[in-house]
Amino acid sequence: MKQRSLFDVISPIMTGPSSSHTAGAVRLGLLARNIYKETPKKIIFRLYNSFAQTGKGHGTDKGLLAGLFGYSVDSEKIKNIFNEPSLKNINYTYEYLQNMDRHPNAVDFVLEGRINMTISGNSVGAGNVEITKIDSFTTKISGEYNTIILFYKDKPGMISRVSTIIQKENINIASLDCDRNARGQTASMCICVDGQIPPKVISEIEKIEDVYFVRSIKKLED
Amino acid sequence: MDFNINTFEKLLNICESKNKKIYEVMQEKEAFDFDIDVESVRNRAAKNIEAMKSAIKSGMTSKEKSFSGLCGDDCVKLQKRYKKETSLFGKIYEKIITYALATMEENLRMNKIVACPTAGSCGIVPAVIVALSEEKGLNKEEEINALITAGTVGYVISAKVAMAGAVAGCQAECGVASAMSAAAAAQILGGNERQKINAAVLALKNILGLTCDPVGGLVEIPCVKRNVFLSIHAITGAELSLAGIESKIPPDEVVDAMVQTGQLMSPLLKETSQGGLAVTKNGLLISSGTIR
Repeated sequence: MKQRSLFDVISPIMTGPSSSHTAGAVRLGLLARNIYKETPKKIIFRLYNSFAQTGKGHGTDKGLLAGLFGYSVDSEKIKNIFNEPSLKNINYTYEYLQNMDRHPNAVDFVLEGRINMTISGNSVGAGNVEITKIDSFTTKISGEYNTIILFYKDKPGMISRVSTIIQKENINIASLDCDRNARGQTASMCICVDGQIPPKVISEIEKIEDVYFVRSIKKLED
Repeated sequence: MDFNINTFEKLLNICESKNKKIYEVMQEKEAFDFDIDVESVRNRAAKNIEAMKSAIKSGMTSKEKSFSGLCGDDCVKLQKRYKKETSLFGKIYEKIITYALATMEENLRMNKIVACPTAGSCGIVPAVIVALSEEKGLNKEEEINALITAGTVGYVISAKVAMAGAVAGCQAECGVASAMSAAAAAQILGGNERQKINAAVLALKNILGLTCDPVGGLVEIPCVKRNVFLSIHAITGAELSLAGIESKIPPDEVVDAMVQTGQLMSPLLKETSQGGLAVTKNGLLISSGTIR
């Protein structure tokens, strides 16, 4: 197990009743929001396994929705989020599924709007979470670090071009994970950094030829 | 402090070689890892203590039930008793069990609590620290020292096992919370670093095999009352340790035993509500909504 912070053990300050099923759900929603960065027109929440079986009693359904619309884990709104006036016109549904290949507390956010995206993640315990997939690409986003995620055409030199831009700003890379569909096809890069990510870094990376999609994902505050 | 603190032996060696207390070592490590100053670490801990206190306060006055309607009015009952008669073990005992119950009832109402280490075990650490603080007259800094000591115990254990009932049963939730609280109590009562860890480990040893079998999958039965029991359990660990009574099995080996026990535990007893209390006749009736 990877230890991260003392405050993984004594935190978050949160709305009950479950760190994995309530706070974890909110945090997954917040990360999905940070990745999608738009207001979806239609949302399907697919809950798997324990999330599906015991989620309702734990407010997992409420937490996922609240997070996706930017409410924090300690928000008093979560309890009555289904009656929240600002969400009245949002089209969202829940699907409850069983799939033993997935984590016990897994969810897919199927988001439709100007762009369509499916974001998958797990609640791994004590409120800690991971986004494991964006569409078909493997990612490792925990919300513990500020993270840059990009999709691009798989070809030599891409890692070096991206890391040069980051290095120029004197930013330390904490971790770097890459994945690809197949040689020469679309690849993904997930970079966790210490400190802040200036907007300049993102706009520079966007300018690299054959980069399709870049996001700066802010770490979760609590 | 660019090294890991992933075993109790390592932690104690660092404390001894640097002549520092557990909370001092941990707050310095946290500050280093996140490139912040020690003061920010302590401020964050202080914020957590404030949130713990306000959960206790609101939990003690509310009678609101959970959405399931199963739980939520027990803390009021408990206080009613103590208005009439004193507990056999005195004021401090009353406070500990009242605060644990108050916090857990706030949790099931979907109100604000501090996960410590999890929400299902959120009553134990606050009950012990706040009750002892009030009875011993601690100042804010001493409360922070106690909370960081508690957190360090959970942090070290988390190197070997995730704090989740789905992974290692309730051992990893209320069990760890009780161990954390035992160390905090030993910190408050003036134990040395070895005694603090020993207190934690004595508590941990005594919960090995604790399953997670919540009725209807809710953080209510048996979680609420279990928090109450395990907050007192923590004090027993501290009392024994401060007398110099040591675990014959070293701390890290106890953690290994807990991890192995968690692996051997049937998935039916790990937060799936497919075994134990969850599948008793009345457990199932409650779960289906037939009875409340």
